[in-house]
Amino acid sequence: MQIVQRRPGLPGWAGAGGVLPILAILVVLLILVTVRQPDFLAPASLMSFLGRSAPIILLAAGQYFVIVSGEFDLSVGALVTAQVVVAARIIDSDPTRTWPAVLVLLGGGALVGLVNGLITTRLRVPSFITTLGMFLILVGAVYLWSNGAPKGGFSEEFRQFGRRAVEGVPVLGRVPYSLMVLLVLAALAVLLTRSDFGRILIAVGDNPRTARLSGVRVRRVRTIAFILSGLAAAVAAILIGGYSGVSFQAGAGLEFGSITAVVLGGVALGGGRGSVVGAMLGAVTLELLFALMNFYGVSGALRPTVQGAIILFAVAVATRRSSSR
Amino acid sequence: MTALSAVALLALAGCATDQPTAASSGGSSAPATGTGDQSKFFVQADYDNELALLDATPTGPADKPWEQVLDPTMVDTAKYAKAGPYKICFSNAALNNPWRQVGFKTMQAEVEAQADLIKEFVHIDAEGKDQKQIADINDLLGKDCDALIVSPNTTATLTPAVEAACRTGLPVIVFDRGVDTDCPVTFINPIGGYGFGHVSAEFVSQRMTPGGKLLALRILPGVDVLETRWSAAKVVFDRAQVDVVGVEFTDGDPAKTKKIVDDYIRRYGTIDGVWMDAGAVAVAAVEAFQDAGKPVPPINGEDQLDFLRMWKDNGLTAIAPTYPTYQWRTPIIAALRILDGQQVSNPWKLPQPTITEENLDSYLDPDMPPLHYAMCGCTGLPGYPQRWK
Repeated sequence: MQIVQRRPGLPGWAGAGGVLPILAILVVLLILVTVRQPDFLAPASLMSFLGRSAPIILLAAGQYFVIVSGEFDLSVGALVTAQVVVAARIIDSDPTRTWPAVLVLLGGGALVGLVNGLITTRLRVPSFITTLGMFLILVGAVYLWSNGAPKGGFSEEFRQFGRRAVEGVPVLGRVPYSLMVLLVLAALAVLLTRSDFGRILIAVGDNPRTARLSGVRVRRVRTIAFILSGLAAAVAAILIGGYSGVSFQAGAGLEFGSITAVVLGGVALGGGRGSVVGAMLGAVTLELLFALMNFYGVSGALRPTVQGAIILFAVAVATRRSSSR
Repeated sequence: MTALSAVALLALAGCATDQPTAASSGGSSAPATGTGDQSKFFVQADYDNELALLDATPTGPADKPWEQVLDPTMVDTAKYAKAGPYKICFSNAALNNPWRQVGFKTMQAEVEAQADLIKEFVHIDAEGKDQKQIADINDLLGKDCDALIVSPNTTATLTPAVEAACRTGLPVIVFDRGVDTDCPVTFINPIGGYGFGHVSAEFVSQRMTPGGKLLALRILPGVDVLETRWSAAKVVFDRAQVDVVGVEFTDGDPAKTKKIVDDYIRRYGTIDGVWMDAGAVAVAAVEAFQDAGKPVPPINGEDQLDFLRMWKDNGLTAIAPTYPTYQWRTPIIAALRILDGQQVSNPWKLPQPTITEENLDSYLDPDMPPLHYAMCGCTGLPGYPQRWK
């Protein structure tokens, strides 16, 4: 299947949608962090940073599939919250229910993604509206179901994915399970984008009409992208629940966090350009930026402002670039 | 999302936003210890009053703090006396957080315990909306209630509705948050936010080395109950000359809390004390130290069981001031006394116990779920423990 033609000139990793710009930003931030906090790059603190950033990195990967295919997923934050609250209720501190709960979460994530995808592609509701609706439905449903007070609790077995680590690894010391989960899933995501499916996904986002005329089942491809995002949210929910326990705030703001990360990583809003590696590096960069703000004593209240500014700036830059190409 | 999380957070704090009253006094000009300007919610007279109440000896049965009164001023209620059994109506601000859930279940259990005197108990949940609560109170006025209990959503907005209820001649009892009118027969609540902030900040700062680094974790700004807690704590920290290295807002989000605490541990190497304006994320803060392999410094939480168990299991240096949920029993008791023509105190200030190392064991109720508030005074009530699960 050869429907994507690389634009002449720069190689893919350097041009528009390449990972070079985000790598440059990341290096600058790393230098700034190291200046202020020399031991940040020490294995212990780096491992802890990457471990706790794993959920947002996974969400960025999930969001990438949706955005690169030309859609949005605003429901992931609410989905994470719903999943955390549901998992606590299912497990109810009983270790034997850990794995069934994990399966329910993965199934639930895929189902929500499927519904998002079907409503968007079959009923032709813009995904912005579909997933905003799903967001509100999930928030409302969780409130209604739990009366505003989460019940139950996690087992230690469930929490270990997000909280525990392999101890005593040479050089690295303590490698969080969440980081290992991240590495495996990130590798799968990269493989997926290198496959035919990945190329078709970009083609669909770039020009759905051309893709359709080339015989691509656009609706199915986009629906699968939503399912991938839902699955990423499920894994993120498992890691976040493990990291910090039961909370109504578990997923708050993650939809914007993941979109900011994806945009920061050079993926074009509107689809058709960008790489999943860029999206994940965007998430690392965003988390590093927040840590940097803390190290330099900037109030955490500025985070949403910074996030909003990044989205506006990145989209403005991308629009200029694409209109001048 | 912001609006939604704000609602959830207000709920978490067990309260709603009110504008500061015009009587707020400005900040005390304390030396710079990183605590910033004093909250504009700070009212010196209220602060002095609450701190005095912390040392007051309550009247009433020692084993029933929900019947006790600090500094009582009795009022006559003979004109409300009538024969029972009664129909008692309750307009509730909201049920949308664990604190209110525990409280309301406790109130229902109290009603059940008094079943021979109460023929009907009508409850309407305003779902955290002022306008709904105004309509709710109006509806209840047409339902032949013998007494009306109101837990107002916000102070200023609900005042006219409560005044209208008073004008019908019905005995009105207000609890938790107040209203700007004297017309209710009594207003019931514990000591309040300044007491909470003072007790917790004193404990944490006294157990730190002088000049030690303290991290203050707040839920969100602009909520009066939380602002009073913080402003009283600030007074203590300024006086104790501890180095407040950060005052951060957690949004009540445990993941955010852990990241903030983790960053501060990395930034300063050690943190010598943690103060929190509410207990909701205390467990997350403790876990951040554990996961970083650092000793947990002196810290305060609240009376939620997840924190109390963690405190016990890990031998923490901790304290848990409370905003006791047993205050939900008192309005029912007050209503029955008023309808019987007995004198009651107005205001009815309840004691606000603090859980310390010494009495911790007596609050570690193994039958209750993690988010249960231990200070519910509910162990002797009908349906215990199943009702609260």
